[in-house]
Amino acid sequence: MTLVAPVAGERLLGRTLRRARDWAPAAVVLVLSLALWQGLVAALEIERFLLPRPTQILKAFWEQRDTLWSAGLFTFREALGGFAIGCTAAILAALVLARWRRLGGALMPYAIAANAVPIIAFAPITNQWFGLLNPLSKMVIAAILCFFPVLVNTLRGLTSVRPSSIELMRSYAAGELEIFRRVRIPNSLPYVFSALKVASVLAMIGAVVGEFFGGSQEALGVQIRSATALFQFETAWAAILVASLLGIAFYLVIALVERLTMGWHPSTRTAD
Amino acid sequence: MSGAAAVSIRRVSKTFAAGDVVALQEIDLDIRPREFVSLIGPSGCGKSTLLRIVGDLIRPSSGEIVVNGKSAHEARLDRDYGIVFQDAVLYDWRTVARNIALPLEMAGWDRARRAERVREMLELVELTGFESRHPWQLSGGMQQRVAIARALSFSPALLLMDEPFGALDEMTRERLNAELLRIWRETGCTVLFVTHSIAEAVFLSTRVVVMSPRPGRIAEIVEIDLAQPRTGDTREDPRFFELVTEVREALHGGSDRGSPRLRVAE
Ligand SMILES: Nc1ncnc2c1ncn2[C@@H]1O[C@H](COP(=O)(O)OP(=O)(O)O)[C@@H](O)[C@H]1O
Ligand SMILES: [Mg+2]
Repeated sequence: MTLVAPVAGERLLGRTLRRARDWAPAAVVLVLSLALWQGLVAALEIERFLLPRPTQILKAFWEQRDTLWSAGLFTFREALGGFAIGCTAAILAALVLARWRRLGGALMPYAIAANAVPIIAFAPITNQWFGLLNPLSKMVIAAILCFFPVLVNTLRGLTSVRPSSIELMRSYAAGELEIFRRVRIPNSLPYVFSALKVASVLAMIGAVVGEFFGGSQEALGVQIRSATALFQFETAWAAILVASLLGIAFYLVIALVERLTMGWHPSTRTAD
Repeated sequence: MSGAAAVSIRRVSKTFAAGDVVALQEIDLDIRPREFVSLIGPSGCGKSTLLRIVGDLIRPSSGEIVVNGKSAHEARLDRDYGIVFQDAVLYDWRTVARNIALPLEMAGWDRARRAERVREMLELVELTGFESRHPWQLSGGMQQRVAIARALSFSPALLLMDEPFGALDEMTRERLNAELLRIWRETGCTVLFVTHSIAEAVFLSTRVVVMSPRPGRIAEIVEIDLAQPRTGDTREDPRFFELVTEVREALHGGSDRGSPRLRVAE
């Protein structure tokens, strides 16, 4: 009982070509905007501290690739740690709140309010709590950033189940636990994954911004700040490029896991 | 006689606290084994409520239900009910085969037995070849057939159906009616069926229970003495039209053969 039927070679080829055709417009836009950027910066003689040319950024990226990547990975580890802590805590909390709805009803307004708080403003405070150089100070801010959207979405996924599908389970003599296992949790997966994708972005933001307020010299956020202070704007931009690439990769990995675990879902399937 | 009844409904009333609605008042009904009983009545007269009470999905405010000599609660825990709702209520993350196998998994059947049973059920509802599809890849009529196959897969003693074909077009509905009757004959289960179509109730049932609203109660019970098995010809039978008229009159409360109880309701 496989979810995805084996695909014949020629269908795979057709699919790849179709994919390429789908992506072509986006690639064209990327190349054109980079060219436009390069051209405008040169034509308008924009100072490099305002906006370096893409070629200068790429040059800086290439020359300092080793330090930049190791800084990137340092920061990414913090983001990943925060993501893991925050999302795990949020999913567990959502399970508890969905099981004991009274508790959920009492706490949810605060969770929704907390979701609207600019939590990143607490970064200097977590730096104080855990120590500037301790990666945990960045993980905690990333974790808190991830926590609320994942909590709110997971809870919605666990509870937005049609009453008739619960009644059906009860008619099979299912208890509360079995209803969770067989209906609520599978029903929540699309919600959980869309929250995890948001959280992956938030975790990177949390880690980098946390580092702006101080941290190890190895960290990407710290390097962006010191490069700017030393007028090495190309380096700062190259570091931002690294942060972006890591953020996008993180997002894509989650999207891939989503696709693999939810092959059944209409949204992850093409019409064939 | 309640010992011999498949379902025995004794003075069942239900008042919903929300809005103080008297959904059902003093319902008395015995359903014999292998009977096909339809509930019909205007919307809001308590048909779904009665079905849910029989299935132990909600509790009556007063009164008692006995199913095969057990309480409704015991019957539910013994998995005596196969339920089909108006929307098929299939689980999107399960294939057709695994939707049908769900109650079997929960009853602890082993894999081989489940597979065998699923194959039989797919054959029964004529969906062989669709086992690895997902529900959203099927038409409404096919989804409803999966729901029926799932409800029958574990051979429940009692099939509870709440307007199962209400959302389907007339042609699909007639085809599924015929299929349901064939399944009913082959499996020998007892059926309690809710509908708002008079023709459907008469065509399918051995008895039609006509309900009246506010408060929900039984207005009249019409014996359907059409020959079994029912076929396309049944719908052309003059007796079919007589019975349709009888049910319609009972529904409108305008029959001069109306029971005293019905007069009271007026
Ligand atoms: N959960 C509920 N809470 C409050 N009132 C309800 C509930 N379920 C049904 N009712 C009311 O009970 C009456 C009967 O409902 P129902 O059994 O669904 O009718 P039918 O299926 O015949 O259309 C209606 O007036 C309806 O509004
Ligand atoms: Mg109803």
